[in-house]
Amino acid sequence: MKTASTLCAAAAFALCTLPALAQKTASQGIDEYRAMLQDGNPAELFEAKGEDLWKKARGPKNATLEKCDLGKGPGVVKGVFVELPRYFSDTQRVQDLESRLLTCMETLQGFNVAEIAKTPFGKGEQNNVTALAAWISAESKDMKFNLSQAHATEKNFYEVGKRLFFQRGGPHDFSCASCHGEDGKRIRLQDLPNLTKNPGDGIGFAAWPAYRVSNGQMWGMQQRLNDCYRQQRFPYPGFASDATIALGVYLGVNSKGAKSIAPAIKR
Amino acid sequence: MADPMRIRAQASGGKATVRVLMSHEMESGQRKDAAGKLVPAWFIQEVTATLNGKPVLSAEWGPAVSKNPFMQFAIKGAKSGDKVAVTWKDNKGDTRTDEATVS
Repeated sequence: MKTASTLCAAAAFALCTLPALAQKTASQGIDEYRAMLQDGNPAELFEAKGEDLWKKARGPKNATLEKCDLGKGPGVVKGVFVELPRYFSDTQRVQDLESRLLTCMETLQGFNVAEIAKTPFGKGEQNNVTALAAWISAESKDMKFNLSQAHATEKNFYEVGKRLFFQRGGPHDFSCASCHGEDGKRIRLQDLPNLTKNPGDGIGFAAWPAYRVSNGQMWGMQQRLNDCYRQQRFPYPGFASDATIALGVYLGVNSKGAKSIAPAIKR
Repeated sequence: MADPMRIRAQASGGKATVRVLMSHEMESGQRKDAAGKLVPAWFIQEVTATLNGKPVLSAEWGPAVSKNPFMQFAIKGAKSGDKVAVTWKDNKGDTRTDEATVS
């Protein structure tokens, strides 16, 4: 470093900028690449689709989702995302955004949601659930996570989520905490957030749903968790199952105060 | 009918910066599906843009352009209130035109 700067002082300015560029670390390069992608996030295309789906009469009952109660009263979309998952008294369950959407699609539109939950990601109605989640999350962009822990079931889900997070198993004896339990870890060039505490604005729980550039897919939180379990070689958890929601409560409560940037853009 | 584009156009310093997001599969024709059969190529071939109906850009695209492509360009002399229209046409003959007002 010292010799480089001495050389720089002696050489012309234009020559000095070159070694500075060469010293750029891999993670700085990745950051630049991400900044370039920010400008045209294709998640916007899914947002537009989700907004249309919300207002469109569909399903056996030919109804819209505009009366859907996502936690702040029927039809209220703004600000709901940063308070989910939460307890709903009508279903007597703790639900995340995607499971709540399934409830609305069943009660309002008459869809067979067990069928939708069984549909693989990226196929049929699953695409519509993801698009809806993209739009609803976008309506809470830049708001801070503030999950309720007032109801006993919500507290219970937090504790269950915590246990699942640290539960080791599978052929690799892995848990979520193996990758996401310490600061400063990474897989190849991907920084791994420490999810046992608030990882910061727009990181971890606050960054999904997100568009993945490498495969051109829009992913919701459910698919993100599903993929974590796939990487751990666990059996896939059921779509919108209590286990995935409990993990969502654990991550969401830990992220209290973090700003949501969803729908984000990823590598 | 294809999904709509997202077009933003902002004027500053005697030019307008136009950002366009298109919704398209952009299938290269090189990939195989789960059954091992080639997925037929399906991509945008022609992109044109007009300012108040006057052509300002035309481009020929190929299968190397990414899925859901993003395009950015600047139009000299475009003012706020002007209308920018973008059209694409793919190799299946499907086409889509969307318009935005420069702000």
